[in-house]
Amino acid sequence: MRAIGKVILRTLLQAIPTMLGIVLISFILLHLMPGDAVDAIAGMSGSASQETMHAMREAYGLNDNIVVQFWNYITGVFSLNFGQSINYSAPVLDVIMERLPATLILMLSAFVLALMTGILVGWGMAVFAGKWPDRLLTSGSLLFYSAPNFWVGLMIIVVFSAKLRWFPSGGAESIGASLEGWAWFLDRLHHLVLPSVALAAFFMAIYARLTRAAMLEVLRQDYIRTAAAKGIHPVVIQFRHGLRNALIPVTTVAGLHLGNLLGGAVVVETVFNWPGLGRLTMSALAARDNQVLLGILLLSSVAVIVTNVVIDWLITLLDPRIRA
Amino acid sequence: MAKKVPVLELLNLRVGFPGAEIVKGINLEIHEGEKVALVGESGCGKSLTAFSILRLLPNGAAINGGQVIYDGLDLATLPAWQLRRIRGKGIALILQEPMTSLNPVLPIGLQIAENIRAHETMSRKAVNERVIELLDLVGIANPRERARMYPHNFSGGMRQRVMIAMAIACNPRLLIADEPTTALDVTIQAQVMDLLEDLCSKLNMAMLLITHDLGAVAQWADRVAVMYAGRIAEMAPIRPFFTGPRHPYSQGLLNSSVEDDWHYTDTRLTEIKGTVASSAGEKGCAFAPRCPFAAAECRGAPPPLEEVRKGWLAACYRREAIQALQEGAAHVPA
Amino acid sequence: MTDATLVKPHRRLRLPKSLKDPLFVLAVLVFTAVIFMAIFADVIAPTDPQDMVNMPFLWPFQDSFSPLGTDQLGRDLYSGIVHGSRSTLAVGFSAAIFGLIIGTAVGATGGYFGGWIDTLLMRLTEIFQTMPTMLLIIVLLAIGDPSIPLIAVAIGLAAWPMIARLARAEFKALREADFVMAAKSLGYPTSRIILREILPNALPTLVVGASVLVANGILLESAVSFLNLGDPNVVSWGSLIGNGRTQIRSEWYLSALPGLATVLTVLSLNIIGDRLTDILNPRSKVR
Repeated sequence: MRAIGKVILRTLLQAIPTMLGIVLISFILLHLMPGDAVDAIAGMSGSASQETMHAMREAYGLNDNIVVQFWNYITGVFSLNFGQSINYSAPVLDVIMERLPATLILMLSAFVLALMTGILVGWGMAVFAGKWPDRLLTSGSLLFYSAPNFWVGLMIIVVFSAKLRWFPSGGAESIGASLEGWAWFLDRLHHLVLPSVALAAFFMAIYARLTRAAMLEVLRQDYIRTAAAKGIHPVVIQFRHGLRNALIPVTTVAGLHLGNLLGGAVVVETVFNWPGLGRLTMSALAARDNQVLLGILLLSSVAVIVTNVVIDWLITLLDPRIRA
Repeated sequence: MAKKVPVLELLNLRVGFPGAEIVKGINLEIHEGEKVALVGESGCGKSLTAFSILRLLPNGAAINGGQVIYDGLDLATLPAWQLRRIRGKGIALILQEPMTSLNPVLPIGLQIAENIRAHETMSRKAVNERVIELLDLVGIANPRERARMYPHNFSGGMRQRVMIAMAIACNPRLLIADEPTTALDVTIQAQVMDLLEDLCSKLNMAMLLITHDLGAVAQWADRVAVMYAGRIAEMAPIRPFFTGPRHPYSQGLLNSSVEDDWHYTDTRLTEIKGTVASSAGEKGCAFAPRCPFAAAECRGAPPPLEEVRKGWLAACYRREAIQALQEGAAHVPA
Repeated sequence: MTDATLVKPHRRLRLPKSLKDPLFVLAVLVFTAVIFMAIFADVIAPTDPQDMVNMPFLWPFQDSFSPLGTDQLGRDLYSGIVHGSRSTLAVGFSAAIFGLIIGTAVGATGGYFGGWIDTLLMRLTEIFQTMPTMLLIIVLLAIGDPSIPLIAVAIGLAAWPMIARLARAEFKALREADFVMAAKSLGYPTSRIILREILPNALPTLVVGASVLVANGILLESAVSFLNLGDPNVVSWGSLIGNGRTQIRSEWYLSALPGLATVLTVLSLNIIGDRLTDILNPRSKVR
């Protein structure tokens, strides 16, 4: 257990330079974007004289040396001050935190769904390797792997919402219904199904392909023959000796995809009117609310890093060789 | 000496990949408590023979014919669920490569316990005690702590000891060891062989040792079977074999390994002119293209195994001619 | 296992076999057809996809003049799909080339020199891999007005880490190869060793990686234009899907058909990439 703590600590320490790098990049991007905070404020308040704008820039530290500005930016970010949203006239952090949970719920449910179905399908592919179920599932996964998530989203809306009417086509909860307890939870879950499936489809395909490859690799290993020589039931061999080992590379790669997954969530959210970061991003872009945009980029990167720590911990549980 | 009750009988066993038969009809019996060595060059089919006994063949390979008789049952055609009762219980297997034959993500104690639990109904505690006893038996210090460790915590020799502990967990009547020491350091090899020998006599276990280490064979086996290109060339008790092998291939094997370091016999073997591959497509005796005594009769059909003496078989048409030639040569003063 | 009986029989050279695979042939045909469609769009579909040419909301196969139907403004969907292939492919390919250049440069430098340079560049790769791809693209698009070059650069900037990892692994392995050692001992300059000795050998792997990158580029471009962040004056498959979204419950074909075109194109690219991977290296996994 102490060893696991060490691994997590190491991952966290490694995350610090990554985080600094992301802050630097977002600082550069902020300066590349047309207009600064003062322009934005001036734009909102109608017109402002050159002098007042200059004074405001002075006050905001925008006339300082670029290094000083960067230092202020970093200290700001690390004290969770991401600036002010011009669109919402509120601190960026508040604006984002209000929507981040919805995105994380979507992202994590899609991740779990993709990982579980992907591993299951990939395992099935490996068991039937070369036979028709394998070919069918391989083609199917290649199809999902090639489809844009928003299009998958639209198509499942057509089928499961418009035609079959099984699921709502958008939103995170039924509007106007004041539900409590289980009913509330089930209602949320009901709304979560389609967006999660749309987001998960692509990643499910990746994990299925990966699991298949990893499983076939593992089943070739000597220790599988050792297990068979012990007289162990083939199903137990598949799970305890096969899948248990194949999960290690699959989980590792899954960790690498978290960033893509969160990015995908942004697109899927707009399809399903999911009240998360995706729609905030679009409105911030339209309003040229640069601070909010970069705040989203920064905080979602933090979310990816934190989830990665969890994944690392999972891998440590799966693979005793890392603990050493 | 061993009692003459066969534990395992291979009857005209044929194994191969699609389009290529590797093991071309083998007859072999192993008696209770007996240690038989199966010797041959790489590619002669000895490992495939070993794996076919428990039907643990690599992908694509299959038993094409013949029988594997154990306890009155034919393992070659036994339903899978019945075969599982024999695997690890009546017949156990040790693989060549200890670095890869243990599951890297499970504690070794669990991997040994798995074997016991597959065959016996015991309390969890009793199983754990048995695991510790087994680890102790194969010479692993601090068995209680080591049982919780993972394969990567052990050296190659120690892993092979774990493999042995796993194999003997259910007191099998027959142990098949596929080159159990090839992957180990020379100094460790002897220790592992000694351990195996010790356990065989303690547990009255028969053993089929697949090897190309003639040194180990001489020290250790009761009987030796020499395989060449999928057939048995010669089968003999250990003493007569080492004093006067009858098959020219056996003679070549011994000549190429006598004075040299035994552990390198695999490379030494190739000093017999040509390779196993040169027998491909040969109608008659597979060894004929490399044999210094080959004659016209050797090219017709594969030679049958004939009795030289009781319990001593050789498959060579020119057996008597060669013997006469060699004895004649010995009588001529140098 | 030293025993040769356990070694699988030798693989025949797989190139001819893969080329005979009907799926691969089909994929190549589809992709070639899409490229032709993009090049000769004006000949194949003379109608301007932005023009209102027919009745609105015509379903596919209803009217021979608009075989795939029309949208809410009576714009021809067939013409839209044919012309839309242009910007989709243009962005997909230029983003892939851009990503390939950055990724190869970063990966090659890190893999070849190793040491602190490698550590630094791997950090950089990790940073870009941590930032959610789509968000990074959106933020980059906030820098300028939407145009095809900007979108391509943004996608390339967001997608290069995959190539960098591939290139790094290749260069790290090839650095120790005999022919590189020979070139070093002959005193060739480092630039020559990297560009003339190692790069040609790493190229096959990178080309396969690039095919994945083009597929990704197309998917990302379609997402960008679906979100209405693309050039409003240019039709692309993503913008067509986005345009059909408002009528998704009734005239779903407006989104379904351009999406199908995207899926077919990306699918054929993925199949081609898959088979190329098999040919070049039976055990490697791109991604």
